[in-house]
Amino acid sequence: MNALINYTLHLADNSLILGQRNSEWCGHGPVLEQDIAITNISLDLIGQARNFYQYASSLINQRGKPLNNPASEDSLAYLRTEREFKNCLLTEQPNGDWGQTVLRQFFFSQYQYLLFQQLQNSKDEQIAAIAVKSLKEVSYHLRWSSEWVIRLGDGTEESHRRTLKAIDELWMYSGELFQPASYELLILNEGIASDLDLLKPKWEEKVKEIFSEANLPVPENVFIQTGGKEGRHTEQLGYILAELQFMQRTYPGNEW
Amino acid sequence: MTVQDLEKIFLQKIENEIKIEPRDWMPDAYRKTNIRQISQHAHSEIVGMLPEGNWITRAPTLKRKAILLAKVQDEAGHGLYLYSATETLGITREETINDLHSGRAKYSSIFNYPTLTWADIGAIGWLVDGAAIMNQVMLTRTSYGPYARAMVRICKEESFHQRQGFEILLVLSRGSKEQKEMCQDAINRWWWPALMMFGPHDKESTHSDQSMKWKIKRKSNDELRQNFVDMIAEQIKVLGMKLPDEHLQWNEEKKHYDFGEINWEEFWNVVKGNGPCNKQRLDARRKAWEEGEWVREAAATYAEKRNKRQAAA
Repeated sequence: MNALINYTLHLADNSLILGQRNSEWCGHGPVLEQDIAITNISLDLIGQARNFYQYASSLINQRGKPLNNPASEDSLAYLRTEREFKNCLLTEQPNGDWGQTVLRQFFFSQYQYLLFQQLQNSKDEQIAAIAVKSLKEVSYHLRWSSEWVIRLGDGTEESHRRTLKAIDELWMYSGELFQPASYELLILNEGIASDLDLLKPKWEEKVKEIFSEANLPVPENVFIQTGGKEGRHTEQLGYILAELQFMQRTYPGNEW
Repeated sequence: MTVQDLEKIFLQKIENEIKIEPRDWMPDAYRKTNIRQISQHAHSEIVGMLPEGNWITRAPTLKRKAILLAKVQDEAGHGLYLYSATETLGITREETINDLHSGRAKYSSIFNYPTLTWADIGAIGWLVDGAAIMNQVMLTRTSYGPYARAMVRICKEESFHQRQGFEILLVLSRGSKEQKEMCQDAINRWWWPALMMFGPHDKESTHSDQSMKWKIKRKSNDELRQNFVDMIAEQIKVLGMKLPDEHLQWNEEKKHYDFGEINWEEFWNVVKGNGPCNKQRLDARRKAWEEGEWVREAAATYAEKRNKRQAAA
């Protein structure tokens, strides 16, 4: 039960934190159509997060918490601390320029696409249902971000240079996507979580494909940063939560 | 046909409520007025994303965050249709945007006020979108076809936004002491600027006369403002809050609310660029545009390369 709750929270936190990051673009995009696109992706991710949090809260409440203070999507998003968040480090990295944002999205969407394809068959019905529901959106995120990586990689000299820099900033966080967390291993055998060892080579192959079309090199021998899934984050997350949780922390217990 | 003949046909169409379409002959001044007005409206949608966007990352619940994101995204969509409507008059989106950035084109002054608390998001939806709707409902009948049609679609979404804004305030008005205070404070700050959105008094409005004759505008500034006051003065009773105007009172004889005088000095100052956020808003737009330049360039270059490759294949 605890492992399932933690796994569901991990899936929720990934979507929330990346959705929160993408939402910072709203009103500031490079061109109106893309402002709308990135906001849309942000909305989809927050929608996914809500589905996972709602499920996690029902599990927590079943497990038995004081009745006067039941868990909810908002208590899970707004009242947990930095060490309790289980999102991958990739999702909390700053937006940087447009090149960094679309590359971060590409790495994540490629992973999420493969993951949700597997989770469609999860033995946990709720997780499977959310995966099915999300997969259509994620396919769009993947197509959109792949196209941008190609456009920027194979665009101008400047966009190529900026994309190389983005790879340099973000590649070290891509490996964590495939490192199973302790709670993940516990429910892997029950057929609930998906086997990340199977996803990794597929992800690498797809990334190689897009990078080759974009004239971008695939980095080798990069040291991989990990810890997010177990609650050990980069310094970024504290600031994200300070902003995200500000209202609930300042005015505890109110309805909004 | 002489210009006089063309003008006669044009005026007949206006007279008979036939929409003017992009390929129709129209007087230069009609074209210019529409370009000015529609692009100003488009800019207002885009600049208007900023004060509300200011609260997206801090929205108090996930549901509120999703609603706010969708709302601001709607504004971007409105900007998009309106820029397209402007393009039908023979000016590109890029030219129009350059006019905004150079300060030649205006946008609604209301967005030069800051959003200081969460309640401001409710007040903007209720009062600012509410005032905008008054104007926009009228514009669904404006004489220029593409503008009128864009307005039909926009009005539907705006009235939804207004209800959402009101609902934010309704929850606050029934909440804790702090929430009630936050609600009243936001109403106090947004009420007068919302009234200013209708523009100067009719007798001082420079573009009004000709625009009424051409049926670009169909109700006067003061008429629309009065309709707005009448509507809000009733709705605020549901919130149990007060409008910050000691002169506000029902006038049984006129069947309208009387209300106090707007601070026109403040109004003209904000129009001239001295509002609390004029500089920040324009800076933010310019920054987004300048920092996006390499992205737009890369997209154009890539599209060109791909076309060449496809042609060669």
